[in-house]
Amino acid sequence: MIEIKNLSKVYFASGQEVLALDDVSLTVQKGEIFGIIGLSGAGKSTLIRCINMLEKPTRGSIAVDGQEITLLSQHELRLARQKIGMIFQQFNLLSSRTVFDNVLFPLEIAGVPKQEAAKQVQELLELVGLTDKAEMHPAQLSGGQKQRVGIARALANGPKLLLSDEATSALDPQTTRSILELLKDINRRFHLTILLITHDMNVIKKVCDRVAVIDNARIVEAGEVLEVFSNPNTPTSHSFVNAVISREIPGELLHNSVEPSGNSVSKLIRVSFIGPSAGKPLISSMIRRYDLDVNIIYGNIDRIKDTPFGNLTLEILGHPDLLQKALAYLRSQGLEIEVLRNA
Amino acid sequence: MLELLGDNSWMAGKVLLATWETIYMVLISTVLSYLAGLPLGIILVTTNENHILENKGLNQVLGSIVNAARSIPFIIFLILLIPFTRFLIGTSIGTVASIVPLTLAAIPFVARIVETSLKEIEQGLIEAAVSMGANARQIIGKVLLPEAMPSLLLGVAITAINLVGYSAMAGIVGGGGLGTLAYYYGYQRYEDTVMWITVIVLIILVQGMQMLGDNLAGKIVNKRR
Repeated sequence: MIEIKNLSKVYFASGQEVLALDDVSLTVQKGEIFGIIGLSGAGKSTLIRCINMLEKPTRGSIAVDGQEITLLSQHELRLARQKIGMIFQQFNLLSSRTVFDNVLFPLEIAGVPKQEAAKQVQELLELVGLTDKAEMHPAQLSGGQKQRVGIARALANGPKLLLSDEATSALDPQTTRSILELLKDINRRFHLTILLITHDMNVIKKVCDRVAVIDNARIVEAGEVLEVFSNPNTPTSHSFVNAVISREIPGELLHNSVEPSGNSVSKLIRVSFIGPSAGKPLISSMIRRYDLDVNIIYGNIDRIKDTPFGNLTLEILGHPDLLQKALAYLRSQGLEIEVLRNA
Repeated sequence: MLELLGDNSWMAGKVLLATWETIYMVLISTVLSYLAGLPLGIILVTTNENHILENKGLNQVLGSIVNAARSIPFIIFLILLIPFTRFLIGTSIGTVASIVPLTLAAIPFVARIVETSLKEIEQGLIEAAVSMGANARQIIGKVLLPEAMPSLLLGVAITAINLVGYSAMAGIVGGGGLGTLAYYYGYQRYEDTVMWITVIVLIILVQGMQMLGDNLAGKIVNKRR
């Protein structure tokens, strides 16, 4: 749906050249929810704004649904923009218009006949659950309701792509959750591609299929969300992942070991599990099979979009040979094992 | 006010006529100055950097012309324009002739006041409209003007009030209205009563205009709340 190649953007701010995007390449598939995460100033906002040309790229190409956006004439660009919805952190609703007329606005711009447009607005308000607020003005709505109007407005012209510019960053956690559910629902129902930017890894965790991490104007990591979560490759992604999933073990636990006795040894391991294996009683069956003692040091389970994901830190004690076999068994069941300490 | 007139009741007719002339001059020149000043103000805003019709050259040229016109004191402007007014109307004396300098002086003022109102609109709103594929005409008509409406109406009130003051100055050089009345009777004939009545009528006029502007703007703001 989106094909970005070697995109660069240079600003001139008070006589200084500022590189906002540095040779960014990225592909977003049809129907997926793709997240771009980065700290403020990393360039994510510039990146998303290049896709509908709110910012003119300095170099590189952007194809949306096969159409090269950077080469369009003013008129063609306006038509293309009508098929790319966008929602904003500050909602950007017109205070001069009612909720109904705000949603009608893009249809007016596109020149949709009045009756047909009115019918569409009704449907859109129903979709976002604001039918009873149609005649209110934006100032009378809560933040979550305002963003729902924003979403209805963005969907009015039946876009093939929805751009979300920090759409939940001004909302409280509970409202954020409901807005994210709405986006997920829209994505499923209409098979609508969504590209969102955020600085909040929770947003990525809850709705995204794939994620790109942007740092200092460059994409430093991109892939399936589960992959990035279970195995972050760069310090930036690491810190984002740690912000939502605790992978670090409190230091004192690393030393507080049970004294091994006789010919048994102890190991401290971290078991990561993703998806179906999370539901199986693998640890208890390991204990029974290999006659081990297990001390659970730390554990954590979470969901990434709809997949369970978690990790357990275990201290296991037993005969060295049996320990090796136990680890092999867990690996054969699809778990990822990391040995943190041998003793 | 009639007691004030005492045995000078002959003045009532003159005051009424002069009041009407002032209202007439102010009204017409407000309307005419907005016909030119509103588009000018819109151009001044939209040709700014990063705005929808960015055009640095045009913006600077227009800005300088507006500034130059605004730096000429009205009384001088009035005299400078006499030949032009004569050419246009056939005379430089009377209510209709006064409308020419009043309008021309108000145009740059209106342009700036419209510009100030439109500048208050958040960039995000304009950007949202751009992202929907709106063209410049749609953004001006459906975003800038409606969003700034309360502020624009207050601007109209300020312009009209300014024109009341200007019209009095025009009155001194034969422009008609309350200014002429105050000058001929109040000043040259030492009729203090006329002077005071003129002042009172002017105060009422200005208060009324301001209240009307506040009211209309307030109504719109309340509806949007």
